[in-house]
Amino acid sequence: MSGALWAILRRDVLVLLRGGVSGGGTLLPILFFLSVAVIFPFAVGPDPKLLARVGGGVIWVAALLAAILPLDRLVEPDREAGLFDQWALRGIAEEWVIAIRMAAHWLSFAPALMLAALPAAGLLGLNGRVTGLIELGLLAGTPGLAAVGVMVAAMTAGLKGGAALAGLLVIPLCVPILIFGAGALAIGGESGLALTAAASLVLLALTPFAGAAALRAGR
Amino acid sequence: MQAASLLARHLGCRRGDRWLFHGVDIALSSGEALHLVAPNGVGKSSLMRILAGLLPASTLDGPPAHVEWNGAVGLLDERHGLDMGQPLGEALAFWARLDGPVPQDALAALGLTPLLDVPVRYLSTGQKKRAALARLIGQNAPNWLLDEPLNGLDVDACALVEDIIYEHCAAGGTCIIASHQPLSLPDLRRMDLAEYAL
Repeated sequence: MSGALWAILRRDVLVLLRGGVSGGGTLLPILFFLSVAVIFPFAVGPDPKLLARVGGGVIWVAALLAAILPLDRLVEPDREAGLFDQWALRGIAEEWVIAIRMAAHWLSFAPALMLAALPAAGLLGLNGRVTGLIELGLLAGTPGLAAVGVMVAAMTAGLKGGAALAGLLVIPLCVPILIFGAGALAIGGESGLALTAAASLVLLALTPFAGAAALRAGR
Repeated sequence: MQAASLLARHLGCRRGDRWLFHGVDIALSSGEALHLVAPNGVGKSSLMRILAGLLPASTLDGPPAHVEWNGAVGLLDERHGLDMGQPLGEALAFWARLDGPVPQDALAALGLTPLLDVPVRYLSTGQKKRAALARLIGQNAPNWLLDEPLNGLDVDACALVEDIIYEHCAAGGTCIIASHQPLSLPDLRRMDLAEYAL
């Protein structure tokens, strides 16, 4: 059983990194994230004081939007291809399958995003303290973003226009992570990190059950 | 091969407010094959998915529905269960890690050996069907549910599928085949699902 779970995790990570049928994989959301950091100073002007004040928030919003990009390939292609059916036939619980998908999604995008946040912080002229807090906040918040992404992708799999709907559903669910994560950047706001992690943990605990129920209902 | 048998009783299927069929009983023992026939829309595929445990069975009245398999169950339907973005060899290798490898002679017989480097999405309908059959063979399940296994296959491949089913049953497996096409298999039982339609 655990051998099968490892095999599924390995396969999920590879497929999500490479992007499966539609291509793209991890690279496109990361490039999107970086390009937001690049164009933002063009739009608001290069005033270092202004950028230092809003730059951290911009990185958080860009990270959230980048997490939405891969939603339509998180669950739907495998539902369409019958992989979930075949795993169910082998007695592998949907809860496990969703938990693994969540881990694979996190592995395929969060480390790359945290790495990309370093040049993004440089482009926005953020100081070392804020950059460190952004990295810690992303470490605490990205598991929650991954969980919401997988849950919503499972719920909208098979729906017409599911991808657009998924993007719309993810945003309000990610608001707590965004508020606490970006709030932690303010002077004296470091306790926001703990609340970001707490929001992530709730979502991590909820998603395997919600996602599995959505998979079963969608058959 | 492990022991194989099926006992299914009082199966019904409801889609929304509409009943497709009810009161279906199926008993299969080791080595038996059943050909499920019915016009379109009667619920062959739904029955297959109920038997596979993917859809819950409903009961109109009377005793609750009940499906009991002896041994693992393999399902072949229009969803081939292979990664569209990966080469066929890698897509099959994933299932080999879960189920065990597909025998080389089965791959050769199905004409898949030269296709192992080709991404699954470039395969034709018939080639995908043959690839799914290879996956099913590799699963080594004693019970098979085949939903329209001959769709998209050429004449030679249809004969090959009949041979594969024959060998599977001869080795003690069970097989239920839902198909509109005639099958030439010895001792093939036939069930018309339309008799159970509402």
